[in-house]
Amino acid sequence: MRARVLVRPKEGILDPQGQAVERALPALGFSGVANVHVGRLIELDVEDPSQLPEMCERLLANPLIEEYEIIEAIPAEAAS
Amino acid sequence: MKFGVVRFPGSCDDVDALQAAARVDDAVLLWHGDRDLQGVDAVVIPGGFSYGDYLRAGAIARFAPVMEEVTEFAHEGGLVLGICNGFQVLCEAHLLPGALLPNTSLRFIFRQVALEVVDADTPYTRACEPGQRLSIPVKHTTGRYFSPEPVRVVLRYAPGQNPNGSQDDIAGVSNDAGNVFGLMPHPEHAVDALTGSTDGLQIFDSIRAHVADRLPV
Repeated sequence: MRARVLVRPKEGILDPQGQAVERALPALGFSGVANVHVGRLIELDVEDPSQLPEMCERLLANPLIEEYEIIEAIPAEAAS
Repeated sequence: MKFGVVRFPGSCDDVDALQAAARVDDAVLLWHGDRDLQGVDAVVIPGGFSYGDYLRAGAIARFAPVMEEVTEFAHEGGLVLGICNGFQVLCEAHLLPGALLPNTSLRFIFRQVALEVVDADTPYTRACEPGQRLSIPVKHTTGRYFSPEPVRVVLRYAPGQNPNGSQDDIAGVSNDAGNVFGLMPHPEHAVDALTGSTDGLQIFDSIRAHVADRLPV
């Protein structure tokens, strides 16, 4: 299976990267932008997708400061 | 006594830590791939960029073979000191509470800071007085300490000196038992008057005194 894991800063944790991007967009003329957060996308082929949550808990994310979302799990053949 | 300084791929303060420890007693390097602590009395996880800081600072290093031994050593009450990247490794390994986040400035910071000793009743600060100030440098990008739970604070940045946005000005914490200690400032870079301060030696002197007291005479 091809899987994607989205890792983002936990709600309530200061996200200076998101803030910097949020401040930069109006400088380029984009208005009406709020609540910007910068996270990380991890793509991986896994034989057993049921292991994904544990992979996230133990390595891909730090649950203390980040939340994760397994956003897609499609067969590897279909993805290529 | 004997200090052991762990060398990971990407460590860069291992030699400074080794030399700082050697000023107070014997010190050896420990290799990340070896499951052997060589009978040391205290382990130092040094600063740097272990395993390139890939994924998150310290996230990969915690799975190094030597860390299995370090974890067992810590659970048996052994002294484990993590400096900067070493602090990040110990948090990722759950030997210390909390986590280190990017500095609020998003910049690499390097400067001499004043620290306040909050808890002088640890193996790492017993040579200090409560409230004493230490002048020790910081140099990091990911040093903003955060913990959702109350923690045992050992060192704080002095008022107005917080360089990274750390919660409650926290510069160094220990586990509840006090045998594992991590801090973002670099005591190993403050051991010679030539570089501005010798206050960092008090951390290493404290460890030596603690181990000396515990050893049978």
